[in-house]
Amino acid sequence: MREAFPLKMRDYIIRRLLLLIPVLMGISMVTFTLSHMIGDPVAAYLPGGAVERIREQQIQQIIKAHHLDEPIYMQYWYYVNDIMRGDWGISRSDHDRPVVVSIQNYFPATFELTLVAIVVSLLMGIPMGIISATKKDKPADHATRLFSLTGISIPIFWFALLLQYTFFYQLKINKLPYLPLEGRVDDFVMISHPLKTVTGFYILDSIITGNWPVLISSLSHIILPGFALAYATLALITRMMRSSMLEVLRQDYITLAKSKGLSERVVIYKHALKNAMIPTVTVTGIAFGGLLAGAVLTETVFAWPGMGRWATGAILTDDIGAIMGFTLLIAVVYIVANLIVDLIYAALDPRIKLG
Amino acid sequence: MAELKSPLRMKSGISKWREDMAPRVRELRFTIYLLRQSPLVVAGFILMFAFIAMAIFAPWIAPYGPEERIWEAKLQPPSSQHIFGTDESGGDIFSRIIWASQLDLAIAVTVVVTAMAIGSAMGAASGYLGGKIDEVMMRITDIFLAFPALILAMTIAAALGRNLTNLTIALIVVWWPAYARLIRGQVLSEREKLYVEAARAVGAPTRRIIFRHVLPNSIYPLLVNATLDLGGVILTAAGLSFIGFGAGAGIAEWGRMIADGRNYLFQSPWMATFPGLAILLSALAMNLVGDGLRDVLDPRLRR
Repeated sequence: MREAFPLKMRDYIIRRLLLLIPVLMGISMVTFTLSHMIGDPVAAYLPGGAVERIREQQIQQIIKAHHLDEPIYMQYWYYVNDIMRGDWGISRSDHDRPVVVSIQNYFPATFELTLVAIVVSLLMGIPMGIISATKKDKPADHATRLFSLTGISIPIFWFALLLQYTFFYQLKINKLPYLPLEGRVDDFVMISHPLKTVTGFYILDSIITGNWPVLISSLSHIILPGFALAYATLALITRMMRSSMLEVLRQDYITLAKSKGLSERVVIYKHALKNAMIPTVTVTGIAFGGLLAGAVLTETVFAWPGMGRWATGAILTDDIGAIMGFTLLIAVVYIVANLIVDLIYAALDPRIKLG
Repeated sequence: MAELKSPLRMKSGISKWREDMAPRVRELRFTIYLLRQSPLVVAGFILMFAFIAMAIFAPWIAPYGPEERIWEAKLQPPSSQHIFGTDESGGDIFSRIIWASQLDLAIAVTVVVTAMAIGSAMGAASGYLGGKIDEVMMRITDIFLAFPALILAMTIAAALGRNLTNLTIALIVVWWPAYARLIRGQVLSEREKLYVEAARAVGAPTRRIIFRHVLPNSIYPLLVNATLDLGGVILTAAGLSFIGFGAGAGIAEWGRMIADGRNYLFQSPWMATFPGLAILLSALAMNLVGDGLRDVLDPRLRR
């Protein structure tokens, strides 16, 4: 059956991609409906602050250009067409820039923050889960469980405020080295050492171009928001890792490995870990949605110039173009992330039926 | 199976009812016994009941009213007069947290109960009827589940208008598909079981099978999910309120109180700290109870 596997995998990928089409259509219907509920759809394309006389003309032009005088199903058709062509409207709250340009500006900041959070939560969560499972019902296990339960129950925006209070304010007034309060990088560092944009990720770009002052500044800025965002995911991964490790350690092949006289370390890290990782991979995909949502709150507290802060600002000022663009993009990112996780899952576990 | 008149079924009234209920009571007693084995779960229950009591008895516990202002006592640190301090307009934080528990718990319960009712009905119908209806229903839930909960709720709340009622509606819209999926899965697995086949064989109608047999057997996973979701809804609602989608200025609501406290984070840290602690503890209580129930009700771990 081994040689049949790649073929099946290809079929599975194609099937999953085809299944995305109705979901994408549904998502665009949701954003389309919501844009009509928020207010006049013309607003999604109309720049703010135009002179009254020109405004009426502009509105007529927009209605013509985007077919907003036609029946609703035709409007939806043109909406989808516009999206496919890359015309996502304009973001009034962001200096009337096209939504696509705003996304290009803000997406790297959010993605960088989210990636840091995922890395932190995997690097801390997996070892903590292993420790918790191997020391089941010992103090280390209880401490880890309480730590992860708190992570699931803590309001992330409040945790972020506590971090600011402790690691910025308290350290500063006690004349200790402190972490930055907010932002992505120190402005004066960016002015004295301008960063060339390669990927849009400050950390990566500063390493590539050898811009060390910016690297240090952006690293110190990402610690607090990165950890605030990571905590909930870290808690989920720890819990998942603990329970799947406990499950695996009960299996016969582990008993066999132990009875062969293999050391505890070899049994856990060589035999048990790989199988215990599988459910953890899935939970990372699910947690990705939580991370995107958490980023909205974290970015608000830390004034992080990302998509979340842009979107909340947009909603509070009824910037329809930005709201629709943001919601649509996040949904697409989320389902693509879940698709990737499912594929990794299928590749990791040959027992999974691809059907 | 009421039409079967075997001699064993001839007994009537209370004695019959007690005989019928005896195994269930025994199971319940055993469940309670198992729950009491874990100190964390017991702590969760105590916390949960404490919050419920706080919400119900708020008028008697809270020293000040929810909108009451003591203008000469602005931004006071915790003291014997105001044990959690006061806010920027002289509101007593301790009292406001107690009053807010009414609002926050009411939102959480409304959202979870409504989402559960809608989701269960949709899910049960979808799973039992199958075919095209099932396919369409599942694609609809796919679409809703393709958005992270907080972000879809945020957009819906924006579309409806930013206030607490719309926030509650938005959260229900976001939460029901998960229950539809859960119940559908339950129905699909229960439908194949022998007791359902037996019920069908004696001629029980579909509706009766769903309501009398399938749903009661799915009640435990539903209960576990609902408890955990109460915590999730409290956190999401507070988060949305924090960024300005829920409670308006001056309303005693935990998320809103933290948003107000943020402006005075360094001078008066108590303003944001205590409401956050209330959110943390109430969500923690729900998670502890939910986790405990899941472990205890899981048949694989039960004996």
